[in-house]
Amino acid sequence: MTATMIDEARALDGPLVIGGETFVSRLIVGTGKYETNEIMVDAIRASGAEMVTVAVRRIDLDRTKADGILHHLDPGEFFLLANTAGCYTAEDAIRYARLARAAGFNDFVKLEVIGDEKTLLPDVAATLEAARTLSDEGFKVMAYTNDDLITALRLEDAGCVAVMPLASPIGSGLGVVNPYFIREIKSRLEVPVIVDAGVGTASDACVTMEQGVDGVLMNTALAAADDPVRMSHAMKHAIIAGRLAYLAGRMPSREIAVPSSPTKGMLG
Amino acid sequence: MKISEQQGSNVSQNETIQVQLNGRDREIERGLTIRSLLESLELEPGMVVVELNREILERDSYPNVTVSEGDALELVHFVGGG
Repeated sequence: MTATMIDEARALDGPLVIGGETFVSRLIVGTGKYETNEIMVDAIRASGAEMVTVAVRRIDLDRTKADGILHHLDPGEFFLLANTAGCYTAEDAIRYARLARAAGFNDFVKLEVIGDEKTLLPDVAATLEAARTLSDEGFKVMAYTNDDLITALRLEDAGCVAVMPLASPIGSGLGVVNPYFIREIKSRLEVPVIVDAGVGTASDACVTMEQGVDGVLMNTALAAADDPVRMSHAMKHAIIAGRLAYLAGRMPSREIAVPSSPTKGMLG
Repeated sequence: MKISEQQGSNVSQNETIQVQLNGRDREIERGLTIRSLLESLELEPGMVVVELNREILERDSYPNVTVSEGDALELVHFVGGG
């Protein structure tokens, strides 16, 4: 039943196209912070996501066996989106992006340049600088940014294939703190707008999609749920629900009641 | 192939070289290529990206590039992340 419901929902919506790649799912998921690799893979499958993010790190040479994520995650099954998470300068982010591309999967990178340890808010000047350099080098840059319209416009000008404003700080689970700014960004950009970071639960994902954005990227909301696999199912439905509600166009809200049943024909 | 920590090595000095491997000083056998280095570390070349003195190496070049004294090597891979 679930599969049919999802097929029906998708028949009512077009695909998500980013940098020439086509995706059916509007949910992009991270692979960090899961208790086990088995739960991670089960959760990702349950979410229906096709694009998954991964990070670039040194191999721990003290381990008896290298335990890279590709030992658990089949790159034939998922589209790998390498990130530059943990980078605090444009130079570092560019270095990480180049290393990721050399792994040989694709030219996409989730560009993330952090400006502050406490809030993990992006350094937008450094993000713009790195976005320009990487786009010039042929990368398909999906840039994590704050919910600022002007930065989003500049990132599009820099050649980014998607702009990814945050809903709220990374890992906070606070949901969309500024839906107005998210809508404004969506209404002004040509490239897909993916809301990245801050979603806490299914209603947050749904509300985010109701703003009209093209997709949502999340990690902690799934990995840190008590039952990540069940939450991944919930998120899959929430993303579809929010998207279809947006496309359907909601009724106007008013602060007075309007009866749903006829007022005529009541018994005398 | 033998990789040993700097201390406790019993390979004589002219048969080994000092390199920096993932940020740590290591003594490795002289004349190792990148491919043989990865083999000695039991790493699959297809799963690793190698940066030699801040330059990323093409995978095709692993058998042809020899590690030299003082080289700084970074061996990276993909891990879970958001």
